Amino acid sequence: MIHFEKFQLQNGLRLIVHEDVSTPVAVLNVLYDVGARDEDAGRTGFAHLFEHLMFGGSINIEDFETPLQVAGGENNAFTTNDLTNYYMQLPAENIETAFWLESDRMLSLAFSEKSLEVQRKVVSEEFKEHYINKPYGDVWFKMRELAYKVHPYRWMTIGKELSHIENAQLSDVKKFFFKHYCPANAIVVVAGNIRTEQARSLTEKWFGDIPSGEKYIRNIPQEPKQNEERKLEVHADVPLDALYKCYHMSSRTDDRYYVAELIAEVLGGGASSRLHQALVKEKKLFSNIECYQTGSTDAGLLVVEGKLIKGIDMVVADKAVEEELVKMCSQKIDDKELTKIKNKTESAIVFEDMSVMNRAANLAMYELLGDANLMNTELAKYQSISANQILSESQILFDKKNSNTLYYYSNN
Amino acid sequence: MLNRTIAPKVVDAVDFHLTLPPYNKYTLRNGVEIFAIELGELDTLMVNWIFDAGNFYENKNLVAATANYLLKNGTSKKNAFAINEHFDYYGSFLSRACQNEFADISLHCLGKHVNELLPVIAEILADSVFPQDEIDIYKKNMQQRLLVGLKKSDFVAGRLIDSYLFGEDHPYGKMSSTEDYANLKQDEIKKFYKEYYEQGSCVIFVAGKLPKDIIEKLDECFGSLPLHPRVSSTPTIAVRPAAEKKYNIVNDVNGVQGSIRIARHFPNRHHPDFQKMQVLNNLFGGFFGSRLMTNIREDKGYTYGIHSYLLNHVQQSALLISTEAGKEVCSATIDEVYKEMKMLCDERVDDEELHATRNFMIGTILADLDGPFQVAGRWKNILLNNLDGEYFYKGIDTIKTITAAELQDLANKYLQPEDFYELVVV
Repeated sequence: MIHFEKFQLQNGLRLIVHEDVSTPVAVLNVLYDVGARDEDAGRTGFAHLFEHLMFGGSINIEDFETPLQVAGGENNAFTTNDLTNYYMQLPAENIETAFWLESDRMLSLAFSEKSLEVQRKVVSEEFKEHYINKPYGDVWFKMRELAYKVHPYRWMTIGKELSHIENAQLSDVKKFFFKHYCPANAIVVVAGNIRTEQARSLTEKWFGDIPSGEKYIRNIPQEPKQNEERKLEVHADVPLDALYKCYHMSSRTDDRYYVAELIAEVLGGGASSRLHQALVKEKKLFSNIECYQTGSTDAGLLVVEGKLIKGIDMVVADKAVEEELVKMCSQKIDDKELTKIKNKTESAIVFEDMSVMNRAANLAMYELLGDANLMNTELAKYQSISANQILSESQILFDKKNSNTLYYYSNN
Repeated sequence: MLNRTIAPKVVDAVDFHLTLPPYNKYTLRNGVEIFAIELGELDTLMVNWIFDAGNFYENKNLVAATANYLLKNGTSKKNAFAINEHFDYYGSFLSRACQNEFADISLHCLGKHVNELLPVIAEILADSVFPQDEIDIYKKNMQQRLLVGLKKSDFVAGRLIDSYLFGEDHPYGKMSSTEDYANLKQDEIKKFYKEYYEQGSCVIFVAGKLPKDIIEKLDECFGSLPLHPRVSSTPTIAVRPAAEKKYNIVNDVNGVQGSIRIARHFPNRHHPDFQKMQVLNNLFGGFFGSRLMTNIREDKGYTYGIHSYLLNHVQQSALLISTEAGKEVCSATIDEVYKEMKMLCDERVDDEELHATRNFMIGTILADLDGPFQVAGRWKNILLNNLDGEYFYKGIDTIKTITAAELQDLANKYLQPEDFYELVVV
């Protein structure tokens, strides 16, 4: 059970405080309700590029890094298709430094040409490092475009192409900031060795006078139900053939989400999972195979991906995967397997919550989904799922008309 | 009205009193030592079995890694699936890793399940059979994984720089090939297992919210096995560094980035300069606000990240600078790295930067000590390097008291371009 208290400031800023006096540190986590799904199709990668610019100096504080170092703190951030999250961890005594830094960059950035110019380059190198200069690096660009025709999940967080990042202008940056980076669109979590009253008064002091801004009303088209089997073949300079299959699943707030997560666990969770056992160990068709789901806020994807043993035919491998999926749709899983995946889910949650930084980020993310307390009710949701639900959800998920298959062939 | 240009007051690093929570030491009937760290509120537990079974002990490439990897792939009573299913059923994570001197098995689980899990680990340590079929699958899959790795410039660069520094015959510099995997034999793996695991030297770390009877249970499961306590010395193998120091390798003609590695030898943790060098390294390239990062990423935009660090080796360390930079800016990046070295040699670090570095390092250690597994990690590092708790406090003291003059001397001693190996893999 994670204890917390919730407040809202006059300017609309939401605050969650989670006390934990057993740790010597405190965390300030600021989540902005904006991700790559909020970008224009012609200017993708912007939410993430913007995250980089948040470290380039704010209106009153030119150098962001040194004061944080002096306070003994560290910080970082990440952007997804759904949200952008910033976090700082400091010795609890020095937490006010984090309030000072975070509130100033919520108030306004310095908007320096130089910072934009440099970060365009840095992000271009990040793009190259992770997606170009790497075998199979382009898979998810292709897969997203295959699976999503309408929803902005059809592009990657890093952006659809390098040119979108290279063309970003300072005027775009300013517009983006004032649209999304304001109290009305942010959630602050204070966690660790700090009293609730102190956290609350520090938040009032540093964030209280920032103008509310306009609440961003998201209006993005949801992906319509897929009605035909989709396939794509790619040939590339990679050492091994690889198979990727994606199935549309439900959104994060739907109860069916939890069932899909357990299905992914049955198929791909750990060395005793079905796909590994059947296809790597018994049939020896793949050198590795995984199953996971994207965890997206809007309707996401359940993914199966694996690399084929050299000499194995793609169609044979694909059929073998489908046989396993058919089993999920035709036979109920037994009690032992159901207990296994629930036990795994329980420990995964407990271990993840060990770190105060994770707890802070999770509270913010659940609050964004609707209620921070979802963090405390998740496990019960998983534990209530029956074998029948897994069977019927599998039948919906693994319908051929819901499938997107990518054959990624090696040229060698 | 709030004045946002003035930073809030901070408590300085020198005023923090960091303590490394102590361990309790126990000894099993067979002499194997247990270091127990009792910390934390949650019902989580980590148990590590560390063996003198790293690749220092193998006579043929990959035998140590293979024995370690396949430990959980079959006993005479349970096949690989049954073992994996057992650990998965209790929601636990059983992992293993083979390093140079050491190889380990680690278990993460909820305390309430530990008694179901320890006996199976004892079974693995007493009765692994390494089925031929499992070996064949492993060989094939690892060969394929290697083929993918060899397409990546960062993977290739990492292997090569180690081989230049230590020599291809040295455990720190060895490179594996698909032929090495092909040549693995079941009897060699079994023999290695028998000598270094079944009858091997072992030390156990246990951390978390410890069940009351954990030590008894450990003794029950492991005290009667033919294991013996660690002997503190690993055979020394001489390093054979490459004569040539500069390399440019084309791994992929279509590559858009170069993997840059710049490295020199550095003594191990017992050398008086080691902890001082950690301070110098920190401000040179050890974190986001370091000089390398500030210049080469945040000013020039040549890379997504550049880091320098001291390798975590027991016998012989090295200082390594590592980055992936745009192909067209690789040589400019290397120039900047040397410029930063020269600056540390020529100019004393000013008070403000030194002060920030001290506070940052202490703050990071404070945060890093938060949790039983992290504390166990510190102790492991100390004890496996044949050091003691004093080492931790000496390190803190070094951070708090090292002077700008000492840092400059250190830079002049260790940051001379002619001592560095330099590699670019595109």
